[in-house]
Amino acid sequence: MDATLTTSAPVLMDYRRMLRRRWLLVGLLSVVILVSILADFMLGPSGLGWADLSHALFHPDLADPTTRVIVWDIRLPYALMAVAVGLALGLAGGEMQTILNNPLASPFTLGISSAAAFGASLAIVLGLSLPGVPQSWTIAANAFVFALISALLLDAVARWGSMSTSGLVLFGIALVFSFNAAVSLVQFVASAEALQGLVFWTMGSLARSSWPKVGILLLVFAVLLPLSLRDTWKLTALRLGEDRAASFGIDVPRLRLTALVRISVLAALAVSFVGTIGFVGLIAPHIARRLFGEDHRFYLPGSALVGGTILSLASIASKNIVPGIIVPVGIVTSLVGVPFFLAVVLRRQMK
Amino acid sequence: MLQIQDLSVAYGHRPIIRNLSAGPLLPGRVVSLLGPNGRGKSTLLKAMAGLLKVARGQVLLDGQDLTKLSFERRAQRVVYLPQSLPAAVHLRVFESVMVAARASDLDPHAQDASPQRILEVLGRLGIEHLAMHYLDQLSGGQKQLVGLAQALIRTPRLLLLDEPLSALDLNYQCHVMDLLAQETREHGLTTLIVLHDLNIALQRSDEALLIREGALVGHGRPDQVVTAESLAAVYQVDARVETCSRGLSHVLIDGLCAPAS
Repeated sequence: MDATLTTSAPVLMDYRRMLRRRWLLVGLLSVVILVSILADFMLGPSGLGWADLSHALFHPDLADPTTRVIVWDIRLPYALMAVAVGLALGLAGGEMQTILNNPLASPFTLGISSAAAFGASLAIVLGLSLPGVPQSWTIAANAFVFALISALLLDAVARWGSMSTSGLVLFGIALVFSFNAAVSLVQFVASAEALQGLVFWTMGSLARSSWPKVGILLLVFAVLLPLSLRDTWKLTALRLGEDRAASFGIDVPRLRLTALVRISVLAALAVSFVGTIGFVGLIAPHIARRLFGEDHRFYLPGSALVGGTILSLASIASKNIVPGIIVPVGIVTSLVGVPFFLAVVLRRQMK
Repeated sequence: MLQIQDLSVAYGHRPIIRNLSAGPLLPGRVVSLLGPNGRGKSTLLKAMAGLLKVARGQVLLDGQDLTKLSFERRAQRVVYLPQSLPAAVHLRVFESVMVAARASDLDPHAQDASPQRILEVLGRLGIEHLAMHYLDQLSGGQKQLVGLAQALIRTPRLLLLDEPLSALDLNYQCHVMDLLAQETREHGLTTLIVLHDLNIALQRSDEALLIREGALVGHGRPDQVVTAESLAAVYQVDARVETCSRGLSHVLIDGLCAPAS
């Protein structure tokens, strides 16, 4: 009895300290995101001072109309969209790496984003859509359908082909190429006007952010995050191995399927609003694993928060790299993401 | 009490287990499951645990047919420990055992998965000093012990272990077998262990099942099942079973059987 008491007390203290540290990190990341949103306002072309900004934010009625429009209608939706898309992609990437048991999985690297872009392009250029979908939702609905198809394909290949990590990534890359080629084909037949809209998808840009889009994305995220969190123990168990998870009484195929539907919704909405923004969903889970470990109670929200932070910072960078020009944010994340992607691949090679 | 009745399991169209009946296996007894590799031992355990579909037959635990239970309900009573080690993930040992207890929606043990109980299980296996280590920093043997802790924390009625000693050194092999015997007796479990080492099966299990080509070819006291004749028939080896000076049975392998001319 004494022996267990003396050895267990320090372990329990360590465990509680670890939990406290993780909560602290969650808080810290949230603060970083808030600061980053403010910085987004204050830096860059037509950057606002703190006084103007706080005035326009907290007393919009009294503010100068131009400043008010800039803050409320242009910069605030833009900054919040960066965070919302980052949250969505971070969560989607985190779940995807777990259920496909693959550190290179993300909506972008395995073709889900490309599939969504193809679906969106069909709606934009050819006006093709599912029957019964309201006009304003055709792009998002198309993006979702194709995202889901590609996600299910990936799942089927991973499961029935019992494919290795690298095999699955190669299949995902094949999906990326196929859907990109299909998008090019659609571009080829598109009118000049539609083509302009399409180029926007392929680059990934926050320039078309608006309040309704931010609202929908945040709402969907707020609905899906609790659903993900409900499955956290199961997802953590899945990390220990599929047989093991099944022996704990987890219906692994069902867990996979529900997670893939969530991932497809998040990726499709992100793509239909801002185009394909790469690498956020790949990088965020890796950083979250380093910071939080793989207890999914912390890893999943952590991955979302890291995603929000990354994209918010990338959005600031996109306005300040080239003075006077806002570079599409997808280009920034790719510039940062490619070296990271290579680092992950090489690290695995060396193991 | 466990009774397997007329069980058939197939991978696609390839039958692995054919009309296998065994039992009754009484609670409180450690039963070793023996047989050549790739001949249905793991398949049998997986089918009993619900990881594989049963084509035909019943697995009765205390009169209840396990094959009729839902996945989650079955996992409340049956714990299956796969042959593979827990994956090397960035998860602390303590957390990984907590996950095992809480993973399923229906788990009645979820409330019991108190930190104290987790540490107590780790302590019984002699690995509580590893509680805050990451799984991806452990040796194979340590991971195997963590796997056992994950099985024991679930307080099953039927414990199915697939080669739980494969990565352990001699000392831990004995330690784990003693511990399993103790758990089995104290809690009245039915424990079925796939073993590779025939000597461990002979000396440390209460009963043995011998399987060949998906069919049961022997069931009884280990020294009745593991004999020169059965080893020649099942493994095609020339073997002796001899009693040492301490009165324990030992298997000695002299070589392969001479091919029948």
